[in-house]
Amino acid sequence: MRLVLTGNYAAAYAAKAAKVEVVSAYPITPQTQVVEKLSEFIERGEMNARYIRVESEHSAMAACIGAAMAGARVFTATSAHGLIYMSEMLWWAAGARLPIVMGVITRAMAPPWSIWSDHCDLLSLRDIGWIIYFCENAQEVFDTIIQAYKVAENEEVLLPAMVGWDAFQTSHTAEPVDVLSPDEVSKYLPPRRPLPYVIDFERPFTHGSLCYPDRYMEFRYLMDLSMSKAKKAIVEADEEYGDLFGRKYGGVLEKYLCEDAEIAVVTMGVLSGDARYAVDILRKEGYKVGLVRLRVVRPFPSSELKKELKSKKLVCVIDRNISIGRGGILGTEIKALLKNSSANVVNVVAGIGGRDVSYEDIVNIVKRSLDLVEKGEVPEYMWYGIDKEYVVKAVGEYYEPPAL
Amino acid sequence: MESKIKFDLITPISYPGEGSAGATGSWRVFKPIIDREKCRKCLLCWLYCPEAAIRVSEENYPEIIYEYCKGCGICANECPVKAISMVEE
Amino acid sequence: MSHPLFKVIPKEEYFLPGTPACPGCPAALGLRLLLKALGPKTVIVIPACCSSIIQGAYPRSAIKVPLINIAFAASAATASGIAEALELKGIGDANVVVWAGDGGTADIGLQGLSGAAERGHNIIYVCYDNEAYMNTGIQRSGATPYMAWTTTTPTGKREIKKDIPLIVAMHRVPYVATAALAYPQDYVMKLRKAAAKKGFKYIHLLAPCPPGWRFDSSKTIEISRLAVETGTWVLYEIEDGKFRLTGPSKGLIDKSKRKPVAEYLRTQGRFSHLSDEDMAKIQKIVDENWEWIKRWLEG
Repeated sequence: MRLVLTGNYAAAYAAKAAKVEVVSAYPITPQTQVVEKLSEFIERGEMNARYIRVESEHSAMAACIGAAMAGARVFTATSAHGLIYMSEMLWWAAGARLPIVMGVITRAMAPPWSIWSDHCDLLSLRDIGWIIYFCENAQEVFDTIIQAYKVAENEEVLLPAMVGWDAFQTSHTAEPVDVLSPDEVSKYLPPRRPLPYVIDFERPFTHGSLCYPDRYMEFRYLMDLSMSKAKKAIVEADEEYGDLFGRKYGGVLEKYLCEDAEIAVVTMGVLSGDARYAVDILRKEGYKVGLVRLRVVRPFPSSELKKELKSKKLVCVIDRNISIGRGGILGTEIKALLKNSSANVVNVVAGIGGRDVSYEDIVNIVKRSLDLVEKGEVPEYMWYGIDKEYVVKAVGEYYEPPAL
Repeated sequence: MESKIKFDLITPISYPGEGSAGATGSWRVFKPIIDREKCRKCLLCWLYCPEAAIRVSEENYPEIIYEYCKGCGICANECPVKAISMVEE
Repeated sequence: MSHPLFKVIPKEEYFLPGTPACPGCPAALGLRLLLKALGPKTVIVIPACCSSIIQGAYPRSAIKVPLINIAFAASAATASGIAEALELKGIGDANVVVWAGDGGTADIGLQGLSGAAERGHNIIYVCYDNEAYMNTGIQRSGATPYMAWTTTTPTGKREIKKDIPLIVAMHRVPYVATAALAYPQDYVMKLRKAAAKKGFKYIHLLAPCPPGWRFDSSKTIEISRLAVETGTWVLYEIEDGKFRLTGPSKGLIDKSKRKPVAEYLRTQGRFSHLSDEDMAKIQKIVDENWEWIKRWLEG
């Protein structure tokens, strides 16, 4: 069935198609449409599910954890402050190995209040044991949420999964979406098995009690091991989905015109559409450019990225996030991957707090990056689009981040 | 197909059993001794034992499980006929 | 052999001996009795509190029913999720129980408690109130009483105890009750009553703590009894909005029937610094509470 849906409505349709049994959520802009639509589905009896209208995001994730421990397939969604407010429980969900799926509509953190997108909220949680997907458009949001259940519930994985998409540009932009019915999806996604455990009155157990240093470390090791296995599961889930329903996304990375490229632009999320258009323009101008879009941040596609990027002349990583004092998070990771290769990595921080990044900006970024590489002046990282006059007015002069 | 993964070993699952802190009787400084002559089998000592370290015999006499009794002295303090004395270990 | 007591308090133990609980621990006894009252089809949710330790360390557990540990502020919401999912799966007859300390109830967990109470999930929330953060070493909580010594109120707490059972009652839940360990039949009867009702139920159990309150481990029950006899702790239930005194508290409306509060306070090292004036003020707080109860009973 083809419907015109926003990214948020696509997410709600995906949760319905995945036969989610418990939804627990707290409203926050720009997530609200997801849970509004789900409450409609549930109240109209279109989903055999319970909706727990909690009093906070901390409780939203706690209720998801409880419901998952009782054997239900659960879903929630949040943004920015809601995500950070629930962060304690996100650690708990991962450590308890519960296959919860959560939509994260990325939004900049306050102060000052902002409702527009950047990825600082989501990427600040990259180290806690959740699988992290990131989508480019509403169709991918729909498909990825269903794939995420397949991966999270894989017995070799058993980790929760976040599926990210950008505030407004994806969350509130309507586009045609192919929607699968719950029956169609059931061919791909069977009912949740009681793994890794569910509350059982016949065989009582205690979960999560005090664990001494002689055993705690193995639990973290096993999470890390499962996360590394998740990569294969993600690729297979994408392949199988493609075989059944005709859409796939390249597993962990999507590549565009990469084969002969000397320059690779690396992006994530909605910027990728502009980046693809910028690649087309640059190609017409004679630049051998390609695009690598990260679809998954955890597990990090290290070997895939290294293989793709190691012999490029320029790898231009556009980060819609900033690790204050370190640079872009993806850029930092990719530089570490390529440290013994001939590739020059230019890390550009752009689009923070919803600042627009057009295809023209990306053309500019690539040309400037190339210029820096040719001059041998590659900085540790650089900000793109800063109003220098404002900075001079504020602190008396404009500083570039230190060059390498 | 049986999985090779032991799902209760990949996550911190504990199963019930006595002695979760070992033989806690070793903590004891004073040992409760029940005088069966005086005992009227009211079982208040059993009822109030915070450790479940008093069992009830077939004849409904309370019996201290010394392996686990920590010697808190609640049983002696609550016994209405003073049938339990606390003796230094 | 049967025994009249077993009719009220089953012989079967779901709390297994050899735990890490301190000698004379009221939380251990409270949980042991709770499990006897509710039986094996019970799942316990425990936030950070003394019972995180009392249950035993991985990979052993002293608790013979399903037990879920969860973050400090998260117990009521976690239980909400469990209750809804179990009902959806057709296991609506299980008892979903939160077993939380006063810090996890009156302070960090209050928002979650209020949310779950307002939503009316089928949960029994039990707070065992040892009147401070005992697991971390006796720090003051919102439930610490006026002038009690704690490690963060070294000269005594200047504020009065937060009244959680009444805060929960204001959510118009079907059942709220208080309990004391000296009166196990009253406590067990209230747990059973809670289990028989649908919706959110709340029981607040006073838990005199030997190391935290500074008294000998043999005195836990004696001090619990004194708390009730002096009227400092009132046994009551609010069933479908109807307030009723229970157990010995029924006979204590008349002030002359109550022992002086000083008899309770003098048993505990945490009150050893109290002046006569402080004692009188605490007596006044207790008496005022009874005046309030009297007015409530008179409608």
